[in-house]
Amino acid sequence: MKRILFSICLLVGLASASMAQSAQYEGAMTKQVAMLDDSTNFTPDRLLEIANTFERIGAAEKSQWLPFYYAGYCYVMSTFMQKDNDKVDDLADKAAVNIEQAEAISPKNDEINCIKSLIATSRIRVDPMNRGMKYGMESANLLVQANQINQENPRVYMLQGQSLFYTPEQFGGSKTEAKKKFEVALQKFSSFKPASSIAPHWGEAYTKGLIAQIK
Amino acid sequence: MKHLNLILLTMLLPVCMMGQQRISGKITDSKKRPLQGVNVSIKDSYDGATSAADGSYSFTTDAKGTQYITATLLGFTSQEQKIFITGPQEINIVMRNNVNDLKVVTISAGSFEASDEGKTTVLKPLDIVTTAGAGADIVNALKTLPGTQQTNDREGLFVRGGTGYETQTFIDGMMVRNPFFSGLPDQPGRGRFSPFLFKGTTFSSGGYSAQYGQGLSSALILESTDLPQRSSYTLGASVIGVSGGLEELMKDKKGSYGVEADYTNLGPYLGVVKPKYAFSKDPEIIGTSANFRRKTSSTGMIKFYGYYNQTNMGTIRPSLEYPGFDELFELKNKNVYTNLTYKESLGHDWKLNAGFSFSSNSDDLNLDTLKKSNPLHGKNVSQLTQTRLVLTKGLGQYSVLRFGGEYQYGVEKSNFGGWQANYVDNYTAGFVESDIYFTPRLLGRVGGRAEYTSILAKANFAPRASLAYRLTGNSQVSLAYGDFYQKPEQQYLRFKNDLGFTKATHYIASYQLVAKNYTLRVEAFYKKYHDLVKTGIDTSTTGTGYAKGIEVFWRDKKTFKNTDYWISYSYLDTKRNYLNYPFEVQPDFAAKHTVSVVYKYYIPAITTNLGVTYSFSTGRPYYNPNLPESKFMSEKTMTYNSVGLSASYLTSIRKAFTIFVLSVSNAPNIKQVYGYRYSTDKLRRQEIVPNMPRFIYIGMFMNFGIDRRQDVINNM
Repeated sequence: MKRILFSICLLVGLASASMAQSAQYEGAMTKQVAMLDDSTNFTPDRLLEIANTFERIGAAEKSQWLPFYYAGYCYVMSTFMQKDNDKVDDLADKAAVNIEQAEAISPKNDEINCIKSLIATSRIRVDPMNRGMKYGMESANLLVQANQINQENPRVYMLQGQSLFYTPEQFGGSKTEAKKKFEVALQKFSSFKPASSIAPHWGEAYTKGLIAQIK
Repeated sequence: MKHLNLILLTMLLPVCMMGQQRISGKITDSKKRPLQGVNVSIKDSYDGATSAADGSYSFTTDAKGTQYITATLLGFTSQEQKIFITGPQEINIVMRNNVNDLKVVTISAGSFEASDEGKTTVLKPLDIVTTAGAGADIVNALKTLPGTQQTNDREGLFVRGGTGYETQTFIDGMMVRNPFFSGLPDQPGRGRFSPFLFKGTTFSSGGYSAQYGQGLSSALILESTDLPQRSSYTLGASVIGVSGGLEELMKDKKGSYGVEADYTNLGPYLGVVKPKYAFSKDPEIIGTSANFRRKTSSTGMIKFYGYYNQTNMGTIRPSLEYPGFDELFELKNKNVYTNLTYKESLGHDWKLNAGFSFSSNSDDLNLDTLKKSNPLHGKNVSQLTQTRLVLTKGLGQYSVLRFGGEYQYGVEKSNFGGWQANYVDNYTAGFVESDIYFTPRLLGRVGGRAEYTSILAKANFAPRASLAYRLTGNSQVSLAYGDFYQKPEQQYLRFKNDLGFTKATHYIASYQLVAKNYTLRVEAFYKKYHDLVKTGIDTSTTGTGYAKGIEVFWRDKKTFKNTDYWISYSYLDTKRNYLNYPFEVQPDFAAKHTVSVVYKYYIPAITTNLGVTYSFSTGRPYYNPNLPESKFMSEKTMTYNSVGLSASYLTSIRKAFTIFVLSVSNAPNIKQVYGYRYSTDKLRRQEIVPNMPRFIYIGMFMNFGIDRRQDVINNM
């Protein structure tokens, strides 16, 4: 009897420990992801701090792709905020390391492709003359692949639109074409249901911001 | 009751462990400077923090007992430290700078690299195309770099007191026997190969690797492009001709093939702009090329490039020897070049590069003093077949050992007015070279090259050594030393093969600072010439000479918005006693001071790229036979000035990306005199001047598919 009781207790104990672990993951992720919904956190230093936290979570969890995904997202976003061109490559490398870890856990993932596309885009500005073609094409190809995996992902249309929006018209960019993409993106956003509260869901407000600039 | 306690304890165990401890401390680098942004954490837990600007961090953790604390930061080696948590802890961490691949020192003495790969290369391939006045010619663009001479009256790249013959061109390691179009007197041909064929260009002005031989002064090392990103078609039209091509990426994206054809005829242009000397036959060039590339595995690649070209042209100019008469010079050239290479990783850090190349060049010459003498006919044919094999073995993290060999079979035939002078040469060479990193900051390269040629029946051994030391992240110093051997020029070997190798010994010291947006290089060199060709009563290899100088290069892409500029200055002190020189003098192809300024400005609003190139050099010596021998080469020409302009406008026509180019060489039409030629009776002389001192090029280039335009427009 003693023994059985003890065993039950032990089981309960272990179960509560692992539940705690999973609750801890959800809790920590929810908190961090919420930070990314707050635009005041979009400074290079803050993003690095948040990326660090995601990296810690990722390193502890090992089998979750989202922490690495968000760490990559933070790093690549910080490249766009960097004033110093010389730092872009290092940050993009760091983003790439994280996103590769995410991809190893979750291959053929459209959301991961979106970040990889952003990483390629971020590298162009360091040396547009020599990199424009290579990374521009890589970025576009990754979005095509993402679209093939999941046609309902609004971020793919948003990023395609963004590329059209910022490319000068002489080079195949077009505000009207961009607007079309943004409109598709917004339509997809309205029907898009993130798999969970911590699954990728960014971009809607940003798309609205860009489309407002076209009108 | 006892049991109940136990049960409660077990159930509460995870909760009890919640008792938190504070971990704090400071993170610095090895020089005690605080580090911001370091990710500090307890390994395999969420607990951690990011260090603040003063390097301090603080967090609480539930972990107890033996744990590992980790610290990571970009550019630093990650740290892991064992700790034992019983209560609050203060842990200070010192992090070491991480030397990654990019920051490892590389050999830089004597070499300028233009490549896509390196993030800190001095010139990128597109810089070559967009340099005003260079006319998209690799060699012309390289003439804006220090160490080169503005010898636009002669073929080739004249480097550091060396002649054009002393610069050797290599494509994927294979020597190119005729890298230039055949030219007319005082009108040298431009380079045969388009800059778009190459992803990397290394211009070495001395002290280069033992992999390459048969260039006393300089090596131009070209690396062909890999697979294209996608299929494309191109069309080009200009005031001098038309071109078209297609490049097809195979469906599996592992191979590609392409063909190109071009036709050039200067006739219409010459109808509008009269040259100084008339053409008896307007220059006409018909060219075709084909390429094939195939990935044979994830690391293997086979590449083929084949090229055929024929040129036909002729001039008539007043005779210097016979006043009142005209001299006719007509040339028909046919050139074939093929290059087949294979590279593969063999595993265990071994790599293999193999190559085969065949080329053939024939020049048909027609010389005639019109209405006076019978025409003189000449024909030169040279054929070169070569194979090359190089094995590379990685040693540890960075160091490598490289060795290999090559064999060349050369046939040189010459027939001049019935006089024949032919020869065949078997050339064999082997080399060994190792790059040894003593530390990531200190690199040594030691090697040697042994050669044998059957025509001279002589062998040589050339030791080479370089050393590079990185001072800070961006700056480094390098030293280079080496012996370089070269066969005498074909025109001497034809008539006498009992000659030796000509030889040069290089000593180079350089300092360079390469940041992402600016570059500063200062280089000093001393070059000793031995066994140069002497002509006279008998031809021998007993000539001597030296060259020494200092060169400065500055490039800045950051200071002025949308502007990229570079400045090169070369000081050259050289003398030699060769050919018919009575003693050591400054030769007629060398100027003491040379300056080039290249300026590129981009106007985003009208997607137009403007460029100006200014080149200057002091006068070159020339030989006046009316002066006593002691005054040999004592007179100098006027200084050389040239201003090249270019404008390119980028747009799209239907679905094709289009570039319009306007480029003018020597825009202000400044007079340029390269030297004087005297008649045999010493009474008359002719200036050596460009036949078309100002050249205006207007052209358009259309590309369906790959957007090459993006490259050009962004080239600011």
